[in-house]
Amino acid sequence: MSTDIGVWIAAFLTLGILSFLYKDNPFYKVSESIFIGVSAAYWFVYMIYNVIEPNLLGNLQKGEWWYAVAGILGVMMLFRLIPKIGWLSRWAVAFMIGTGAGLNFIVYLQSNVMKQIRGTLAPLNSIGNIMMIVGVITGLIYFFFSAEHKGLLGGAAKVGIWFIMVSFGASFGYTVMARISLLIGRMHFLFSDWLGLLH
Amino acid sequence: MGFFRGMLNLDRRIIFILIAGAVVVPLFIPFHLKMHPTPASQGLYNAVEKLPEGSTVIISGEYDPGTAPEIQPMMIGALKHCFRKGIKVILMGLWPQGPALEGQALQEVFKEKEFKEMNLQYGKDYVNLGYKAGGAVVIQSMGTSIPATFPTDMAGTPIEKLPLMKGIRNFNDITFVLDFSAGDPGTPAWVMFAHDRFHVPMAAGCTAVSAPMLYPYLQTKQLSGLLGGLKGAADYEWLTKSSGTGIRYMPSQSIAHLVIVIFIIIGNIAFFVVRKGEKR
Amino acid sequence: MRREIPLFITAITGVVFIIAYFIPHPPFNQIQDLFQTWFQIIAAFAIILGVLNLMVVNGDKVYRRSKGWGYSVIIILSFLVMAGIGTFKLGSKASPLEEGTPFMYLFYNVYYPLTSTVFALLAFFVASASFRAFRARNKEAALLLTAAFFVMLGRVPIGDYLTSWIPLKWLHLSTIANWIMAYPNMAAQRAIMIGIALGIISTSLRLILGIERSYLGGD
Repeated sequence: MSTDIGVWIAAFLTLGILSFLYKDNPFYKVSESIFIGVSAAYWFVYMIYNVIEPNLLGNLQKGEWWYAVAGILGVMMLFRLIPKIGWLSRWAVAFMIGTGAGLNFIVYLQSNVMKQIRGTLAPLNSIGNIMMIVGVITGLIYFFFSAEHKGLLGGAAKVGIWFIMVSFGASFGYTVMARISLLIGRMHFLFSDWLGLLH
Repeated sequence: MGFFRGMLNLDRRIIFILIAGAVVVPLFIPFHLKMHPTPASQGLYNAVEKLPEGSTVIISGEYDPGTAPEIQPMMIGALKHCFRKGIKVILMGLWPQGPALEGQALQEVFKEKEFKEMNLQYGKDYVNLGYKAGGAVVIQSMGTSIPATFPTDMAGTPIEKLPLMKGIRNFNDITFVLDFSAGDPGTPAWVMFAHDRFHVPMAAGCTAVSAPMLYPYLQTKQLSGLLGGLKGAADYEWLTKSSGTGIRYMPSQSIAHLVIVIFIIIGNIAFFVVRKGEKR
Repeated sequence: MRREIPLFITAITGVVFIIAYFIPHPPFNQIQDLFQTWFQIIAAFAIILGVLNLMVVNGDKVYRRSKGWGYSVIIILSFLVMAGIGTFKLGSKASPLEEGTPFMYLFYNVYYPLTSTVFALLAFFVASASFRAFRARNKEAALLLTAAFFVMLGRVPIGDYLTSWIPLKWLHLSTIANWIMAYPNMAAQRAIMIGIALGIISTSLRLILGIERSYLGGD
């Protein structure tokens, strides 16, 4: 069994969260509240020492005054907490929205539309390739809501939903894999690091 | 009929105990399982294997402790693979938890005799630039200037004081990108900016949850390879002939999958038997 | 003023990034570079806003003695302890983010187990849902279930052990899982990917042109 106090704290908190499996209880709620508090603190400290300090204050110290604009917009963002001047935060939000929109407009078109269409234009020389082309086209038809899904369009949409169902099944299988892996990690911690029963 | 009805109303805590057992028992009674790496895992291995000695690779971590059991063995595997091949590694992350976990992965790697004896030096053979906020915009910004995006490393050391970073201006000076991601921002952002915009070849590792949606990038070769979930990590360990938690956890993973498949089959049999009985 | 200036800022920044993509030369690329570095700083402030807002909401709960206010006290206290240790670099020489500092001690022994256990809990609920809700009620659900079956068993080594006796390799569970992932799954994911991308592109255009204004909120 571990003699490290840190491991004991970690084990105690792990059991606190796991106690939810029996039923909702104060031990779980306390652990959950600590989780929320420390998560917020972790993000806060990282923003200060990995972004604000090097990228804002560091550049201002070098005399790069253009960065002051970012600092001012950043502080304006925090005005959201003060109802009377909360509207000023919109300037910073608008800047972020504009940047995101400008960048996304191009890159999504290039990477997730054009390249994907090009990738779909494969030779019809294997069952897999035929499946891919039929799947992409009928899948897109399923998402096309500007015309009623009946007749040929309805039939194609039906095939599309079959492909989507197969894909969701695959996603479910992978989700099971993900959740089980995380549980193994935690169980390994409890039985190995804490109780010392595994090596 | 009564038995099947009882099955449908089974207390969920019994299911919890069974699944916990399926995970824990194989940890105590480990058995050897042969891996059959997926073509996607093989793709990542081959891509790194082909990199020449002295290449500079960015390894980015977009994951947190919640997804570390899946991603951390991939990160450790990638570090080992790169160090063995004499590749210089620039660590960073678009999630604030990423760089800390990368630091932990480095500690794990250097616990092994083989890597301890390499006497790799921070700043010369590897660096950890830490985290930057902004997701995809950070990658776009790195395409213009890496030093402007990361004026210091994670611990606050000015980037110009790190020998490895001398001569690194932007993606033109980067040979390959390995992205290990558990969500957004993550692999899609790297594909769109680093690969498609700045033309750096790349491969990725991701949580099992996000693996299916990244397959289109594999077919278009926007990704050279992909490690999906713990099985991807185990594949990578198998291919690099390393030991790690990927392979170590596979027996538990296998048995738990089998138990869940049995749950689904029993649940369906009970459902159809009861429904048939009710129709009568 | 309250709406016009933000709309103008959105339009200008959006247009700068689009032009800079096609004309990567001064002054557009320079403005783009500047905007990118600003974005990172403002994004950090946005996250800080989220953190502070969480504290304000919980502080308000404590002030009003709302139901469960005691837990809000724990949230605030745990935040203050960890943020205080980190911000004031208690026990650390240069940076609180270096290995071995009290901040990182809290990361490994408090934050780490809590985050990972919260996610690990989901394994139990996935198992329970598999037993209770995963039914082949119709053709579509049966397809979903079949694909899940092959992927679940084909993506772990035990799947190969179950089918390795079959001489035809394409009937091995791992081969079937590989095929499902690379073709039907990939095709559907690509259709979804293209659909989402078209949505993002049109929304981006609406934002830049000032047609979509919901992000500005009320008044």
